[in-house]
Amino acid sequence: MNTTNKQVRLGLNGDEAVAYAAYHADVDVISAYPITPQTIIVERLSEFVYNGELDAEFIAVESEHSALSAAVGASLAGARTFTATASQGLALMYEILYIASSLRTSIVMALGNRAFSAPINIHCSHDDAYAARDAGWIQFFAENVQEAYDLTLIAFKVSEDKKVLFPSIVNLDGFILTHSVEPLNIFEDKQVIKEFLPDREAVNKIDPSSPITYGPLALPDYYMEIKKQQAEAFKSTSIRIKEIFGEYEEFSGRSYSPLKKLYVDDADIVFVVLGSTAGTMRTMVKRWRENGEKVGVLSLTLYRPFPSREVAEVLKDVDTVVVMDRSYSFGSPGGQLYMDVAAALNKYGKYNRLVNAIYGLGGRDFTPEMAEDMLNASKDPSIREIWVGVRG
Amino acid sequence: MSRIRRLNEIPRKELFTSGHSLCAGCGIPPMVKMALKAIEGDKVVVNATCCLEVATTLYPHTSWLVPWVHNAFENAAATASGIESAMKVLLRKRDGKKYKIIVFGGDGGTFDIGLQSLSGALERGHNFLYVCYDNEAYMNTGIQRSGGTPLGAATTTSPAGRVIPGKPENKKNLMDIVIAHRVSYAATINPAYPTDMWNKFAKASDLLDKNEGPIFFHYYSPCPVGWRMDTALSIEAARLAVQTRLWPVYEVDHGKIIINIKVNKPKPIEEYLKIQGRFRHLLKPENRGVVERLKKYIDNNWNRLLKLAELDSIY
Repeated sequence: MNTTNKQVRLGLNGDEAVAYAAYHADVDVISAYPITPQTIIVERLSEFVYNGELDAEFIAVESEHSALSAAVGASLAGARTFTATASQGLALMYEILYIASSLRTSIVMALGNRAFSAPINIHCSHDDAYAARDAGWIQFFAENVQEAYDLTLIAFKVSEDKKVLFPSIVNLDGFILTHSVEPLNIFEDKQVIKEFLPDREAVNKIDPSSPITYGPLALPDYYMEIKKQQAEAFKSTSIRIKEIFGEYEEFSGRSYSPLKKLYVDDADIVFVVLGSTAGTMRTMVKRWRENGEKVGVLSLTLYRPFPSREVAEVLKDVDTVVVMDRSYSFGSPGGQLYMDVAAALNKYGKYNRLVNAIYGLGGRDFTPEMAEDMLNASKDPSIREIWVGVRG
Repeated sequence: MSRIRRLNEIPRKELFTSGHSLCAGCGIPPMVKMALKAIEGDKVVVNATCCLEVATTLYPHTSWLVPWVHNAFENAAATASGIESAMKVLLRKRDGKKYKIIVFGGDGGTFDIGLQSLSGALERGHNFLYVCYDNEAYMNTGIQRSGGTPLGAATTTSPAGRVIPGKPENKKNLMDIVIAHRVSYAATINPAYPTDMWNKFAKASDLLDKNEGPIFFHYYSPCPVGWRMDTALSIEAARLAVQTRLWPVYEVDHGKIIINIKVNKPKPIEEYLKIQGRFRHLLKPENRGVVERLKKYIDNNWNRLLKLAELDSIY
């Protein structure tokens, strides 16, 4: 189906693109609190609501904890529900992240990835995304502004799907994507989207004619069975996610899949990366290939559920896998993505040489020179952990 | 909803069923049963983490014949905000249904950890009724002091020690904090005065129909276990709390304060203190100073309330 006539090309920053996606999804309830670098999202959505363009309730809560708490209530009550946060805000929501997932809500959250304090810093790290990794939220990573828009629409469809019913996070790198204007295609208006994303049909919603007890007490005699069921349900979401990627491609003309790979098949060294740095690495890998280096890059659009089997399959014949983490897990065997990749490879019987590259913390630029240094270091058999572009 | 003059006018059909594990003599169930009967029409309950929550929903059982939502400890008011907002927008946009929202939280979940969430929701003006059932300590975790614990009370974190005889601070005035948000209607309710309690719930029901929420009730909830008191004395303690002027029964109706239970000849506070183990140490001669402080607190509080009640509106 050719739908290009339904789209317009314009320049937006990542936050505005996400706001447009939530607007085009015709959200019912927005519950949010301002925090850099996410704030533009809720500012734009407020304008849509206050100018009468979007019929939604905007709950301007007094904290991120209440933002997610109210979102849980709104989602259980059947509303298409959106929130956005970053860094410290995500940390303040932490308690409710697990509840939002375990009550099987369909909340969509945009996360403008930002480093955790201290020292306080407003720029990009993936600390916040990683902090939410175990909480039972589906997580997507956008590489550019177009993806931030598309993945937000996809996230609503995924989270509200009756075979999914888990909340989603759409990650976009703080400032690098949230505040950078890029050209993208967006749909003309929200009516166009209804074909892909009809009004939410909530199951098991709050309804006085059919009372449900949400969030009871379950002790050792039941808790573990409930968690096993949740684990199985969460794992199974990857099937629907892939199908919905396909449906979106048919609808929009843009292709999505859990993994994106470039020159991986015959590579000796493959870099695994999340977020906007995937684009940088793709440029670098093309440049290195011209010089005869057998290198490739693997980026993940779907971070949770982690596509373990696919990652292991893609990397099975690679000598050296360099996993790039924009965060640090103190005292762990490696960064958070490193541990995921290592576990996935181990689970499927591959024992590649793994190198962990820590880069870009707190918004430190990741330059081509740094990428060169990282490539050179990864060839040194004695090096297993690289801090890229750090002084001293 | 119609007002009552006698208890036998209360309908018998229960929406809060037996089988729960709240203690003998607990003040919570009679209030909850009454709330669910007096608040007319379809309703949804939001419950903070507390005694009421754990004792009524032990999986796979539930005592609730209405939709009931427990999110966490400190966020019941925020959760209710979300439900109310969803209800409003779905009524406009799709096939939404209208219902009333009742929130129950304990003193810990309201005076302390949930105060921010409550304040935010009151300021934003969501249409719900919030009932804080105040048993004056963290009873669910084993009787620790809260901002609602009265002066001198012994709890497991403010014990009647050899040097410090129980909680050194006075109780936080939660009603004052709520009234500072200029809510349409706030009231204290007490199980020893059930017709007053019913009629206040009935009034709240009418106000919710008119979208005049948020409404706030502060309920005196006896706890024989936490107060180390005979289970048969719950209602007696509740009555004495009022008759000693320690716990005034009043309402703030659009800014007008009305003292609903007049106490012209207050009973000595010692009558209230002596039936509860949490206060027994205060009756020792060396702790007379604490009792004097308590008496002063009671007098100041009562006299201030009388003065405020003379005004047409405190708003």
